Amino acid sequence: MAKKASTFFNMTLVLTAVCIVAGVVLGAVHRLTEEPVMRAEKAKQEQAVQEVAPDFDNDPLAEQYVCTLYAGTKEEMTLTVFPARQNGVFVGAAVESLTRKGFGGEISVMVGFDADSTIRNYRVLKHAETPGLGSKMEEWFRSDKNRQSILGLHPDKENLNVSKDGGQIDAITAATISSRAFLDAIQNAYRAFIQNPETIKP
Amino acid sequence: MNKRNILLNGIIRENPTFVLLLGMCPTLGTTTSAGNGMGMGLATLFVLICSNLVISCVKNLIPDKVRIPAFIVIIATFVTVLEMCMKAYMPALYASLGLFIPLIVVNCIVLGRAESFAAKHGWFDSLLDGLGTGLGFTLALTLLGAVREFLGSGKIFNLTLFPENYGILIFILAPGAFIALGYLIVLFNQLTRKS
Repeated sequence: MAKKASTFFNMTLVLTAVCIVAGVVLGAVHRLTEEPVMRAEKAKQEQAVQEVAPDFDNDPLAEQYVCTLYAGTKEEMTLTVFPARQNGVFVGAAVESLTRKGFGGEISVMVGFDADSTIRNYRVLKHAETPGLGSKMEEWFRSDKNRQSILGLHPDKENLNVSKDGGQIDAITAATISSRAFLDAIQNAYRAFIQNPETIKP
Repeated sequence: MNKRNILLNGIIRENPTFVLLLGMCPTLGTTTSAGNGMGMGLATLFVLICSNLVISCVKNLIPDKVRIPAFIVIIATFVTVLEMCMKAYMPALYASLGLFIPLIVVNCIVLGRAESFAAKHGWFDSLLDGLGTGLGFTLALTLLGAVREFLGSGKIFNLTLFPENYGILIFILAPGAFIALGYLIVLFNQLTRKS
């Protein structure tokens, strides 16, 4: 078969045809993958909630609500809170928190609190920190070594800042900016958490 | 050129990473570990095979003057299909490679093979060429990732060989990618040099 000549009509026809076929294929694949994508994302969220929140018997994902911090400023952000209940009693919550102060931009952390606001556990959901340095935060802040761990601390009673800034947490070696950002995300999570009227005030 | 040569051409004689030095951005960006490098390589392999095959089948229908935009649309379609499938069925791999998957569209290897090979050869040869080039790319990225992971964190494919604290951190970072790649190219040239 001879090659099609580059006439205006041929070019328009071929490009249109290519784009239509591409569109149809993409639409079909999107339809096929839409559900698994949503399921995968939901499973990830569910797993993170289960890992950080206190034991619960309700459905935190169904009871989730959003909480806006720093409303009206450039820093405005919307966090999602997943309340955990045991026999109907509020036992704590998981907060999907974020900060934009990371070395590589946004860091998203799921933080779990007990009803009296002590930090139960955390899990880094998304980050773009330097591999090998800032990326150590997943393990660093739960290690028992020195004063690295934030687990079991109360953001109001203890000073959750890196020791360089007068706080009581040891920053990740050679990754102070990432550490600061991580603790900022924790503080944000706490700010969203205490807005819930069911929390036990100190 | 016989079939075996077409296949080997992409792996050795015209290895995209070590000889042609094409597609450096994903090469340097994703090879922080052997697993990531291999994931990226296999993703590119998939796109290369599909785009080479389709382009060689429709090459006579496409007028010369609009062949580049047509090729780009075809390549972009496959990349997007791949991205959606990865998101759905391999969320863990997608999380670590996510940013680089859309960039396969502008990876010069894919368009380069479409332009220089698939647009001139039959569908089976093009398929072999895509397979060979893709395998060459995958091997190179896996090797580079393994070297960087080993020197940087003491692991290969997450298997700890020596404690992470003794790793040379720079190999995980961008400068280490250039250094490791440079030495691998030296080694590759040494091994393939015709005596």
